[in-house]
Amino acid sequence: MEKITSPEQLKALQESIVAKRDPDKACVTVCAGTGCLAYGTQKLIDNFKKEIKDKKLEDTVSLRSSGCHGFCERGPIVVNYPDKTFYQRVGLDDAAEILEKTVANGEVIDRLLYEEPVTGEKITLETDVPFYNKQMRLLLAQNPEIDPVNVDDYLAVGGYQALGKALSAMKPEGVIQEVIDANLRGRGGGGFPAGWKWDATRKAEGDIKYVICNADEGDPGAYMDRSLLEGNPHSILEGMLIGAYAIGSSQGYIYVRNEYPLAVTNATLAIENARKLGLLGDNILGSTFSFDVKIVRGGGAFVCGESSALFASIEGRSGEPRAKYVHATDKGLYDKPTCLNNVETWANVPLIINKGAAWYQSIGTEGSKGTKIFALVGKINNTGLVEVPMGTTLKEIIYDIGGGIPDGREFKAVQTGGPSGGCIPKEYLDTRVDFDELTKLGSMMGSGGMIVMDDRNCMVDVALFFLRFLEEESCGKCTPCREGVHQMRIILERITKGKGKEEDIDTLQWMGEAIADGSLCALGRSAPAPVLSTIRYFREEYEAHIRDKKCPAGVCKALITYTINADCTGCRLCVKPCPTQAITGEKKQLHTIDQDKCIQCGACYEICKDAAIIVA
Amino acid sequence: MSETITITINGREIKAEPGTTILRAAQSANIYIPTLCDNDELTPWGSCRLCMVEITQKQRTRMVASCIYEVADGITVQTETPRVSNVRKLVIELMLARNPYHAKLKELAAYVGVAKSRFDVDLKECILCGECVRVCREVVGVSAIGYKGRGNERVVATPFEGPAVDCIACGSCSYICPVDAIPLKEENGIRTIWNTEFAMQKCKKCGRDMAPIKQLEYFQKNYNLPDNHFDTCIHCRT
Amino acid sequence: MEKTIKSIIDRYEGDKGFLVPMLQDVQKELNYLPQEALNLVSSFLELPISRVYEVATFYQAFSLEPRGRIQMALCKGTACHVRGVPLIVDHIKRELDLEEGETSEDLEYTFETVNCLGACALGPILVVNGEYHGQMTISKTSRLLKKLGKESQKSEEGKS
Repeated sequence: MEKITSPEQLKALQESIVAKRDPDKACVTVCAGTGCLAYGTQKLIDNFKKEIKDKKLEDTVSLRSSGCHGFCERGPIVVNYPDKTFYQRVGLDDAAEILEKTVANGEVIDRLLYEEPVTGEKITLETDVPFYNKQMRLLLAQNPEIDPVNVDDYLAVGGYQALGKALSAMKPEGVIQEVIDANLRGRGGGGFPAGWKWDATRKAEGDIKYVICNADEGDPGAYMDRSLLEGNPHSILEGMLIGAYAIGSSQGYIYVRNEYPLAVTNATLAIENARKLGLLGDNILGSTFSFDVKIVRGGGAFVCGESSALFASIEGRSGEPRAKYVHATDKGLYDKPTCLNNVETWANVPLIINKGAAWYQSIGTEGSKGTKIFALVGKINNTGLVEVPMGTTLKEIIYDIGGGIPDGREFKAVQTGGPSGGCIPKEYLDTRVDFDELTKLGSMMGSGGMIVMDDRNCMVDVALFFLRFLEEESCGKCTPCREGVHQMRIILERITKGKGKEEDIDTLQWMGEAIADGSLCALGRSAPAPVLSTIRYFREEYEAHIRDKKCPAGVCKALITYTINADCTGCRLCVKPCPTQAITGEKKQLHTIDQDKCIQCGACYEICKDAAIIVA
Repeated sequence: MSETITITINGREIKAEPGTTILRAAQSANIYIPTLCDNDELTPWGSCRLCMVEITQKQRTRMVASCIYEVADGITVQTETPRVSNVRKLVIELMLARNPYHAKLKELAAYVGVAKSRFDVDLKECILCGECVRVCREVVGVSAIGYKGRGNERVVATPFEGPAVDCIACGSCSYICPVDAIPLKEENGIRTIWNTEFAMQKCKKCGRDMAPIKQLEYFQKNYNLPDNHFDTCIHCRT
Repeated sequence: MEKTIKSIIDRYEGDKGFLVPMLQDVQKELNYLPQEALNLVSSFLELPISRVYEVATFYQAFSLEPRGRIQMALCKGTACHVRGVPLIVDHIKRELDLEEGETSEDLEYTFETVNCLGACALGPILVVNGEYHGQMTISKTSRLLKKLGKESQKSEEGKS
């Protein structure tokens, strides 16, 4: 690889790469995101490689392992370009068949096609799959077309053109104005206008300024940033380069959480490749602008997603936040002006520079422009990454794209905003999702995690889950969070064990307000949100636990019993798995559970084929 | 060129130099704001949250920690509002659940109007104000103690909760602790702190115990003092 | 051990800011963070040992106790939780007689619950020595534990 020394040379390189690629040549693309790799996709990829080599097919077909395609429920996923035949739930040994039938003969393998759940219609093309075609994939669109470790792929789809444009045709202030005009709001959860943050950093005193990509993505159940950083790391680098140019920074950091090893690997390779091409380093594209990036791994602390704790972590200290009365844009990392933005925010930047603020403004709502990627997870048919324009309703996301709730169960709530957010009940499914609408409902956009729950989820249990999480993740510096969340957890635990007191709800609300007011950082200040929102919308569930000592959803162990009803056919499947031998019954006779021995472990419920086990 | 800043605290106009915190500005005007983790020898920490006040700045009202927030022109500070009071009450009740006995906490409880904590006591004595760790790091400069763990499980500890290897047994941490949670014992020429024993230097003339040998060695090294500088105590030096 | 630690420090050019990644590399090398290793890091970086200890005990990734040969990590993210992870946690605790975060006395098993792994479509997920097992149920967990138990026995027999 040779260093590119001008935007013209960059364009020429892109053209030459595209010219060398035969658009009609078959390209088998296998999704190799962490989710699909967990399905065992590496074996599938290896099989494809072996088949292509053994049968000497290199001239007729190329293989690409790409970043996350987003339809995680249906992995492993294989898309055959250029026609875009879409195969899902591909078997690890199907490589040979796909090459023989589809690639060589254009024959479609029926059993691997996506089947529309209601009509039963089989869908052949990726573009026709409802999960995809109801989204607006601006950020994720490139993932299937790129092998993250191959910079040529990124260049081929127009990568780094926005950087070229910014460096050659725009002044730094002009770049900032474009981002301000686009009204790009931070995608990490705060929703703060990125352009204003860049402006403040640019205007801050000092020659050394830092640009940081926050890839800590601590909200459990959210993995948008993982997919972007793993699947298209160059798009993040390009965004950071443009931002650094605008701000006047020459050093950037990407802070990646410890639990994302593939993202670290791919981002590291991307940085190496960018350096080789001269896209990182001195005098980028022949300009006077120099910039380089270091990757720092987190140590396993949710609080390090908070900017001041993140800085502390990069400085080699424990992740304790500090009061942000002086903004990070004035004094951040190493007390220097620092601009910290989320992965998805950075990924939006090349788009805005390429297509302009006016175009970006045409997407979304009044206060929230552009698209947002959501991780749609939990009790949902189509688990995966969903990218939609701001203003799409919850109903559209959950039902039209998400395919609704599995097993015929009823929607109960959707949790957004992670541990800082709240649970939204079915009355608000028509809410148009944007920063302000979700905040009005007592939740927040957050980073994009959207956890769907059904009637078999207990909202008191969900509140307890979040409190336990926050209690473990609290840094321990300030009293309201360290002690307050701990005590709230103790109260919630009592309630789930049937030892709730009448005044508990009022106590929780009082504590919640004081913790929100008194905590040092956003973790503590937003910690009461899950509890307060579940009390707001599901108060009767709390009251059932406290007054009636009952868990209507059948979750809280101390308040439920497992019994066998008349549907039991006496198959005896449940007897052996019971850890306390609490089930007795003759073959083909109704079985019974000895309540004194039963520990509500759920093993029998899981295995029963007659649905004869009642949990209530 | 720094101009004096004017703020209002509880309706009173107060002037202060730029860089002064609201807490110090209030204290110099004899306006009381309760504190626990604050100490004028140490950098502000902002962890106990007792000193929180409500400020209005450019028509926006919010809660801030007065020990850290610096004065700015035109801000209005209220040190006793319902929001402030609720935070203080919660903080005290939470601390009493760790240490229901110490006079300092009882005194603060009386001030904020808390008779008893509604939380069950899980006795820990230490209230994690951080003053001991900060004094050892910032004033003494040896960082012999630090934190172990995070969140509610956090404790102030010696490395590996073992012997205080870097400690010079000066006793600053014990002295500064607002709730006397760090025991320091002296007996038979041995000072014991953090479960570690430190031999005391005896005056070569009168035989009095002067100070821990390690502490004197530390001073010697840091101030380039002659080897025999601490052979005699203050009384025996002429 | 001194050589190992020194080479890790050099990998990051002795930059104190990289303390967390350094400790991760040490743990990867030595299976956990022994006291001796932390003391060496402290002296090579010229940082007080209390500071190194504070960082080592703050972050979840670090273990100051030796970890088992078979490391089991169950995702406790929200998506996995609502799909029934608590029942699987209890099951593993019963089967292995271990609390969360504990290592068995014979150093065969470590069982932890970990923060969201970001592969929510496969939830509940159990990772065994880096290998992902998705869509876990109580019965699948039983079968997996049985299989690991047999492998564990073989390894014991291999040792003796």
